[in-house]
Amino acid sequence: MTEVKTRFRGDRGLTARMGLVGVLLVALWLLFGAVLIAYTNLFFGIIVVIALAGAQWYFSDRMALASMRARVVTPEQAPELHGMVDRLVALADMPKPRVAIADTDLPNAFATGRSPDHAVVCVTTGIMRRLNAEELEGVLSHELAHVANRDVAVMTVASVIGLCAGFIARWGLFFGGGDRGRDSGPPVWLIIWLVSLVVYAISFLLTRALSRYRELSADRSGAYLTGKPSALASALTKISGDMARIPTRDLRQAQSMNAFFFTPALKAEHISSLLSTHPHIQTRLDQLAKISADLGRQV
Amino acid sequence: MGLLDSLLGRNKPAKANLDSLFALPQAAVTLEAAAGFKPTGIGAVCYRANEGAAFASMQADIQELLDADGGPAVERVQDSYGFTWLECRQEPDALSELVTELHTVNTTLEAHGFGPSLLCSVVGFKGPEGQTLGLVYLYKRGTFYPFAPLGDQRRDNGLELQIRGAVADDVPIEKSLERWLALWGAPGLS
Repeated sequence: MTEVKTRFRGDRGLTARMGLVGVLLVALWLLFGAVLIAYTNLFFGIIVVIALAGAQWYFSDRMALASMRARVVTPEQAPELHGMVDRLVALADMPKPRVAIADTDLPNAFATGRSPDHAVVCVTTGIMRRLNAEELEGVLSHELAHVANRDVAVMTVASVIGLCAGFIARWGLFFGGGDRGRDSGPPVWLIIWLVSLVVYAISFLLTRALSRYRELSADRSGAYLTGKPSALASALTKISGDMARIPTRDLRQAQSMNAFFFTPALKAEHISSLLSTHPHIQTRLDQLAKISADLGRQV
Repeated sequence: MGLLDSLLGRNKPAKANLDSLFALPQAAVTLEAAAGFKPTGIGAVCYRANEGAAFASMQADIQELLDADGGPAVERVQDSYGFTWLECRQEPDALSELVTELHTVNTTLEAHGFGPSLLCSVVGFKGPEGQTLGLVYLYKRGTFYPFAPLGDQRRDNGLELQIRGAVADDVPIEKSLERWLALWGAPGLS
């Protein structure tokens, strides 16, 4: 048999950056954990925080659907949307997620759920109204790539350390303060508190970087799945243009959902690129243009 | 996809499996003996057309190649989901020629690096009472399933399950029923 050719090109740089962020997060965990175990009695509190994050991951589909007031639709209720998803999952060879629609004019889409077998893909009525079939398909393929990449699980695990550090920074003075004072030098609780603050800041930057890399890789897989990177690019420009024009009150309501949205519901110019959950739109368009050129090349 | 791949976000497109397609003629013999279904001589390959010149010129090459045999011309149809169907016609009793044509489409796509864009192939059958039946080959699974449309977006599940039993020994059948994709308006199935 001859070697099967494929046009798919992985992005080694992207993989390497993602791996590096992952390693840094684990290292941060080890350091932080060692400090906590050695100097504090906060172990129980940390277990509680981890359990909460676990519950958040486990019930991610229900929580996301409830907070967006989205409802799961049957093939009879939304035949076209289901038909689109049916074909995309057959093309990608993955289990079909549930399909939900959120009744809001905010043009967006998200995927959530603890595993590919328990996933939900949700689109808003606003995005269905604005995009044509090809663009909507591009958006769906992007969301399906999030499902295949298990992004909910990855981002939950990545964000746990930030949650723990934030927990200590906020409540650590309460639990750890007082009884552990030493005779000389600064009190231990103050050091722990400062360490937690630093860990929180670093982990915040790292998880945001991870989130941006995963958006880029979902764009990439989505574009290869439909074979139409330009349709995804055009959806992106349409949506991000629209997102900037939406009144901010609606947007703030949706803020906590940002991590799994197709485009962030915050004005881009207000957040520096280092702090944002999504890559800059130009970065995403550039990547899609490169994939488009790759697909057009004769082999 | 391995765990490491998903951790690193390296979601590769699924490859197509072309091998089992040649099991179709044998299944057709069984189908006629067991249920009286005869091939219609119409078959089609469904794929996702990629953007760009490479795909367009390859597509034109395929059509030219298949039309060179002097038989009925190959027809290209775009469906409402943005997928393309390449419809091939042969004499009803020349099923292996039809399968060879379908296979040519597949191998050409694969040779140009577009194998991941293949969705399915369908071969049409007619029942003794005029029922419509398609045997569908899913590339990404390497499996077949029967699809019996009744018109008006309904399908005859009873017939589909009966056909599944009839051909189960000849072709690999898709075990998970939720992957039995409905293909409304597929060429040769109306």
